[in-house]
Amino acid sequence: MNAAAVECAGIWKFYGDYPALRDISLKVPQGRCLALIGRNGAGKTTLLRILGGFSKAGKGQVSIFGQNPRETGARRRIGFIGHGIAVYDELSALENLRLFARLYQLPDAERTAREWLERTGLERVRDGLVREFSRGMRQRLAVARAFLHGPSVLLLDEPFTALDDRAVAVLQTVLRDALAGGRTVIMSTHQLREAMELATDVALIGRGRIAFHGERTEEMVNDPAWVYSHYGEA
Amino acid sequence: MIVMLALAAVLLVRNLYNISVLPDETNQGQIFRIIFFHVPAAAVAMVGSAVALLASVMFLITKNFKYDALAVAITEVGLAFLAVNLVTGSIWARVIWGVWWAWDPRLTSALICWILYAGYLILRQSLEEPTQRATFAAVYSIFAFTDVPIVYFSIRWWRTIHPQPVFFSKNGSFPADWTLTLVLNIVALSLLYAVLTMVRLRQENTQREIDYLRRTVHAIS
Amino acid sequence: MRFLSQVMTITTKDLRAEMRTKEAINASFSFALVVLLLLSFAFEPTEQTTQEISGGLLWIVFIFAGTLILNRSFARELPNDCLDALIAAPIPGAALFLGKALANFILILAVEFVALPVFGIFYNVRWAQQFWPLLLVLILGTWGLTTIGTVFSALTVNIRLREVMLPLLVYPVMIPLLLGAMRLSTLLVAGQAITGDETVWFRLLIGYDIIFTALSLVLMDTVLLG
Repeated sequence: MNAAAVECAGIWKFYGDYPALRDISLKVPQGRCLALIGRNGAGKTTLLRILGGFSKAGKGQVSIFGQNPRETGARRRIGFIGHGIAVYDELSALENLRLFARLYQLPDAERTAREWLERTGLERVRDGLVREFSRGMRQRLAVARAFLHGPSVLLLDEPFTALDDRAVAVLQTVLRDALAGGRTVIMSTHQLREAMELATDVALIGRGRIAFHGERTEEMVNDPAWVYSHYGEA
Repeated sequence: MIVMLALAAVLLVRNLYNISVLPDETNQGQIFRIIFFHVPAAAVAMVGSAVALLASVMFLITKNFKYDALAVAITEVGLAFLAVNLVTGSIWARVIWGVWWAWDPRLTSALICWILYAGYLILRQSLEEPTQRATFAAVYSIFAFTDVPIVYFSIRWWRTIHPQPVFFSKNGSFPADWTLTLVLNIVALSLLYAVLTMVRLRQENTQREIDYLRRTVHAIS
Repeated sequence: MRFLSQVMTITTKDLRAEMRTKEAINASFSFALVVLLLLSFAFEPTEQTTQEISGGLLWIVFIFAGTLILNRSFARELPNDCLDALIAAPIPGAALFLGKALANFILILAVEFVALPVFGIFYNVRWAQQFWPLLLVLILGTWGLTTIGTVFSALTVNIRLREVMLPLLVYPVMIPLLLGAMRLSTLLVAGQAITGDETVWFRLLIGYDIIFTALSLVLMDTVLLG
């Protein structure tokens, strides 16, 4: 019996006494792409951070392929993109990727780093310091950082927000490759159109609860706001 | 709680009477009586710091906020008792030696402990998010209160190796019947400590409830 | 030895980043020099007075300058949310702590190695007579400062008045360490060897370092995930 790629049961997250997430249970089988949608403050980022092991839930369990996300094995299999690009301004693109390759104990850090610089179109600026990069370049580097250790599970928090065209194209290509390779993606988003293109499943989160969770349908692709109008609050 | 308060009050009154009735000590005159409050205040504060340390560790293990509430209540009350210790020590020093402060091992250690307690409270005040506040405060208190015995011994070593020009013997001859009063005062102050801690605990729980209601309102509107 | 290589990765990252900007190290050097200068006005630098207070003076300079470096330690992870990336990586909290502590240790030691000769020049002191024991004191004392400072840097990283809070919290906890380090430094700078009673201070420094390093290694994960 295979463990689901990402599974959480009975998740509650408290900030002090206030429940930001109430009794969230989700199961995402391997190879699926879940679009997590919801209004600001609904709990998308909180949930993603708990799934990724960045925060601890007040109650409930999370498992990544059957393991607690904080376990070393699980951490190797998780890749994430948060609100910040999570690369160092004072280091070059190559140095950054080499650093993360080493932290993830990849066998050939240098080669992997260069490979991902090529895939994200940053090969020519590999020795440039990140603080001199344009916004689009920074985000492409963030994608490289997230994917370079070959994670099986990708947790992306609003990855398409404020990307330029080239970065959007890079991200979509990388995501399609990842999904084709059997990876699992959970992506929170406001950009309904891009999300619906890639998603296989959709979940709506509102006021800390899951209001809807199901497969992506034709209607959703045609009218990305369909879920909101049927399951969201006014 | 009322019972404890009453008991504390009774003991204190009895002790005050006994203390005032004691004959003047030969060397020190009236002021020696202050020791009946000076020493118990410190003793009780030290026990309090040990309990606070325990509460902090328990919080980190169980993540139950009631331990966090206990830790902060005990530390705040302990701060007050340590202040009593420092002030009475200072008054005593002024009367006996003519100086408001002397760098003797016990007073110095007490001052440093007071500063560590105060640091704990300042840290708490600077952290807004309750879970982070409780966790970080607990970590700080483990560091700070592990330091307390080290502070005490290091300062004692320093004063042993480099004795101060002024010698003093706080523990001169201490008649047996006084010991009873001293011990009873320790009990009385302990009860007072417990009562104040309970008051503070109640206030802490009410505060948490208010925070909860506030956040719920924000979420609904 | 994977643990050690992870520690080294973090240390080299911190050092490389610092060398690119040199923000903290420049500020620290300058601050040390300014404090040394100011303190020279605080008293009459006769040989007698200087000898009595040299240890205290030096360590005050060291901890003030060191705080600037310690403050940067976790603060440098805040832009771009780099701290998240470090937490997500499969390295134990202890390795992250040791890596950062080692980097801070090297930086602070560098400042001390500059401050000492300047001190010798300003105050006309031949400080190198007991060089090796003095070096040992510097290492032990700085490691204690670094351990506490690195952990507290993580505790205060999100606080508004971080620059003030860090010294406020660190200095009182360090008093025993400072006691020993100051006393030993005063003796060694004056050219005296450490004998008899005074060796207790070495034991204090070592014990202090061991206790707080152990505590830091154990509690670091809690602080990072808090």
